[in-house]
Amino acid sequence: MATLAFGAVLLTVLVAFLAGRRRLAAQVSGAGDSHSLPDYHGAFVALWAGLPAFVLVLAWLLLQGPLVESLLVASLPAELVEGTSEAQRNLLVAEIKSIAAGQIFGQPEPALVDAAERFLAWRQIASWAMVACAAALALLGLALARSRVAPEFRARQRVERIFFWLMVFCSTVAVVTTLGILLSLLFEAYRFFERVPLFEFLFGLNWEPQMAIRADQVAGQGAFGAIPVFTGTLLVALLAMLVAGPIGLLSAIYLAEYSGRGFRRSVKPILEILAGVPTIVYGIFAVLTVAPALREAGAALGIAVAPNSALAAGAVMGIMILPFISSLSDDAIAAVPQSLRDGSYALGATKAETIVQVLLPAALPGIVGGFLLAASRAIGETMIVVMAAGLIANLTANPLEAVTTVTVQIVTLLIGDTEFDSPKTLAAFALGLVLFLVTLALNVVALRFVQKYREKYE
Amino acid sequence: MTAITSDSEQEMPASRQSYWRSEEHLRRVRRRHAADRRLQAYGIAAIALAVGLLGVLVSSLVATGAQGFLQTDLRLEVRIDPAEIDAEDPSRGDYRQLLMNSLDALLPGERPPGEQRKLRDLLSNGAQFQLRDEVVDDPGLIGQTLEITIPVSDPFDQLAKGTVLRETPEAQRRVSDQQIAWFDGLVEQGVVSTGFNWALFISPDSRFPELAGLAGALVGSFFALLVCFLLSFPIGIAAAVYLEEFAPKNRWTDLIEVNINNLAAVPSVVFGLLGLAVFLNFFGLPRSVPLVGGMVLALMTLPTIIISTRAALKAVPPSIREAALGVGASRQQVVLHHVLPLALPGIMTGTIIGLAQALGETAPLLLIGMNAFITSPPGGLTDAATALPTQIFIWADSPERGFTALTAAGILVLLGFLILMNAVAVFLRQRFERKW
Amino acid sequence: MSALETSRDTPDDALGSRAPKVVARGVDVFYGKAQALYGVDLDIAEHEVTALIGPSGCGKSTFLRCLNRMNDVIEGCRVEGRITLDGQDIYDRSLDVVQLRARIGMVFQKPNPFPKSVYDNIAYGPRIHGIGAGKAELDEIVETSLRRAGLWEEVKDRLAEPGTGLSGGQQQRLCIARAIAVDPEVILMDEPCSALDPIATARIEELIDELRENFTIVIVTHSMQQAARVSRRTAFFHLGKLVEVGETEQMFTNPRDERTQGYITGRFG
Repeated sequence: MATLAFGAVLLTVLVAFLAGRRRLAAQVSGAGDSHSLPDYHGAFVALWAGLPAFVLVLAWLLLQGPLVESLLVASLPAELVEGTSEAQRNLLVAEIKSIAAGQIFGQPEPALVDAAERFLAWRQIASWAMVACAAALALLGLALARSRVAPEFRARQRVERIFFWLMVFCSTVAVVTTLGILLSLLFEAYRFFERVPLFEFLFGLNWEPQMAIRADQVAGQGAFGAIPVFTGTLLVALLAMLVAGPIGLLSAIYLAEYSGRGFRRSVKPILEILAGVPTIVYGIFAVLTVAPALREAGAALGIAVAPNSALAAGAVMGIMILPFISSLSDDAIAAVPQSLRDGSYALGATKAETIVQVLLPAALPGIVGGFLLAASRAIGETMIVVMAAGLIANLTANPLEAVTTVTVQIVTLLIGDTEFDSPKTLAAFALGLVLFLVTLALNVVALRFVQKYREKYE
Repeated sequence: MTAITSDSEQEMPASRQSYWRSEEHLRRVRRRHAADRRLQAYGIAAIALAVGLLGVLVSSLVATGAQGFLQTDLRLEVRIDPAEIDAEDPSRGDYRQLLMNSLDALLPGERPPGEQRKLRDLLSNGAQFQLRDEVVDDPGLIGQTLEITIPVSDPFDQLAKGTVLRETPEAQRRVSDQQIAWFDGLVEQGVVSTGFNWALFISPDSRFPELAGLAGALVGSFFALLVCFLLSFPIGIAAAVYLEEFAPKNRWTDLIEVNINNLAAVPSVVFGLLGLAVFLNFFGLPRSVPLVGGMVLALMTLPTIIISTRAALKAVPPSIREAALGVGASRQQVVLHHVLPLALPGIMTGTIIGLAQALGETAPLLLIGMNAFITSPPGGLTDAATALPTQIFIWADSPERGFTALTAAGILVLLGFLILMNAVAVFLRQRFERKW
Repeated sequence: MSALETSRDTPDDALGSRAPKVVARGVDVFYGKAQALYGVDLDIAEHEVTALIGPSGCGKSTFLRCLNRMNDVIEGCRVEGRITLDGQDIYDRSLDVVQLRARIGMVFQKPNPFPKSVYDNIAYGPRIHGIGAGKAELDEIVETSLRRAGLWEEVKDRLAEPGTGLSGGQQQRLCIARAIAVDPEVILMDEPCSALDPIATARIEELIDELRENFTIVIVTHSMQQAARVSRRTAFFHLGKLVEVGETEQMFTNPRDERTQGYITGRFG
């Protein structure tokens, strides 16, 4: 039905374009007689025919579901809805929907069957109404806009103004997305903190979300203390930085200061490949290759290594963030003005002395910015830890043990069917909020560093 | 030549010139050069390590994944016995029995029912359906003998490929000595063959590794990327054109800029949370569908496209704009007729790279349920589906031995697509990009 | 002249009785395939100021950078011919460029203090070369160098502040102090005043005059007045060739070559 509505709108747009052109052509004798080119008149009519109708269809599609649903709940017999919680009503609606979809198990209550029939009928009506309204709106727009077409009509200005505001709208999508992220996280996290105190969440030492899965057992004491999850995240991210930091910085130093142009040109893209590999590939690499290798190495040394040790996840994550560190450090070092190198070499300094004592201190803000961005990536990285780190929250600093991370918890809490009422589901959003705020802070600070640094030497 | 001697009132050590030639100084210089060479060696070692790790990554995947592209098959002569198959309704017959009949013919001998069941384990569970489908398609086959190539079941596929070792004690492997003997018997008769695993590309997911394929995931990823492209490409270009060509420099546009830069660094899983809370929970869109997946991916791709489009627009020299404005074009005409066409190669390159990132993205798709077990390719944007990376994730979590190879093979397919897309991007850049 | 080991004749304007510190013979410089200098022969006398003048792009800075092998840093740059310092070939394989540069210091066109404190800027050279063992000795070197650069009184209370916070003229004097802290024999100056205002320029010129007593100074300048004010000898470069060299006074009053005359009287440049 949506396809039909969009098709109708599209057809009207085409007709409108031709109608606009033709109407102008009927009024002028030759080129140059009208203020704007015929195409602009056509575009003007087409935009008025298409845009409002298109927006209407989109809004209709998004709002139809929730509206029909609330109508359905309102129409249910009182004895079915009386004294039910939101969760129970949602279950009811889901059952009616599956009856409507023809998936009937056993003998459903007649009231529900009735409701399912009502649901189907309303949905049908709503869909047809949408097509009708869209077509009507498109034709109305066409007619109104067409009546404005005249040789002296400034069609180009009008069309350009519409395009201008469309562009302004598009440029706000990014802001709306950020707002959407923030609001949805805040909203769901607020609902979580209604059930579990904020203090408990931020400072509790015990994380056992699966305990609270049953409806009658709301968040047992200390089940949502996120400290071990946070420490696990930090441990894995720290290990990643310990792997990526030195390797990345040393590669950057070599590429920026020692290597010839040809070597640099061939090695840089290879390092950048590491950044383009999807994270699930790293995850499988960690599980398939790195973790078993670590276990065998541990066994050979007589050390017990957990199969999903923090070290395996952290080391592989280190490989993933390595290119961020190397390329941002490389940029930072390369941005140090040549005059400082000259000054140092002219005093008889070796390359190493120049790098360590002059270039690195001068490039420090840029390098720190790169490290912070990489740390933010490591904290927010999901697939590697989902596959290679543990599920059980474990308060430890031992890299050979299994720990869990914020992102692992988010994914495991939300995979499969999600009920938006259980604290288990909502906990994921609370974790998501923390994750978002922390990475945002890191990114803002890092970008500030990098920007300040750029300004300094530009 | 005498050394410079300082004036008496300026207290510089007089022996400085002889210091340059002293043994102490020369030793110091050697030490300094050694330190320099050391730093250089560390740098080379770091690069070698990074490149080496990439090599290990790729080679371990290729080593594991290569087997996923192969499949061990059995060629059987099957007589479609009219006693078993009803010509009126050929879909209801006992096709497994037919297959067993021809297997019995190859391996004669009396076997108790328990043994017979073990023999049956050689065959893939999907074999009977493959046979059934052929007969249903052409009922004329009933009563005739048909030659059919069917996959062997996973444990014997692994045995043929050598991942299940005969040296392993019988209790610790999934195939018994008796079964191995049967299998070897079949090999001797020349009915076992190894061929390319076409199922990997033409079959959807299955619980059995020998039947599972990527078809559903490929279609799902295609639909999701289509939605992602249709949303992010026009919006991204419009936003970039506005910010680069029309926007005044004020706090609002500053805010937008900062926002875009930050959005590019928001963890992908957070976008998944957004999709779950807003698209699924608030707007009530269906779970697991490519439409929602594409919408989430579009939000993630948007910053990439905006940033690269702006860079491409910036690279077009102002003289072009001035020339067009000079002949009386409006500012939008300048952009539409002159700036955008010149910037298009750069924009396309950025877009393809953005889409390649979106293709490999897993975490947000998990949260909106695109990791469901779905055994048919989606027919449209609102059919439940998996995507390439989520399909790989599902396989990676499956216990059967065969899925290990399939997982790695799936990754090789994914990497193949990524390499292809990036190659196109590089080609576009080198072929069309102009240096001003 | 004892150290001169060259088959070529000495330049026509010999130094007279003064000892040559640096001797260049037949110096060609190439950047990739382009040739920037053509067979330059030049003697530089000890403890006096030699000015290199000429229109921009004439190769005077290129020649200056050959003298402490700063051209090594530039990819694709090739130097042919022979340059000696106290008779020792500075392009000899066995010669360590690190040591060479400690003996031949350099001051650049734009002041380039390191992003470190004033103190650390001066102490950088002595530290890497191992001059000044203890803190007291290093303090002394820093103070002496700053005094000789005429900067001590202005910065003695701000030694811990970043050198980049000084004014342009102060920064350039800081760079001069940094160069002399290693106590080099020769100081090369590449248009040291071009980024400075007239007052700061006058200050630097005074300083050069004072430093002449202890150091051999080679200065590139595009200002003929500056060359006239600070140098004893002047060399005129044009299109990569050394056109004329002689006593400064004689060059400016009675040039031998008409290109020199044209440049000095302002017909081109």
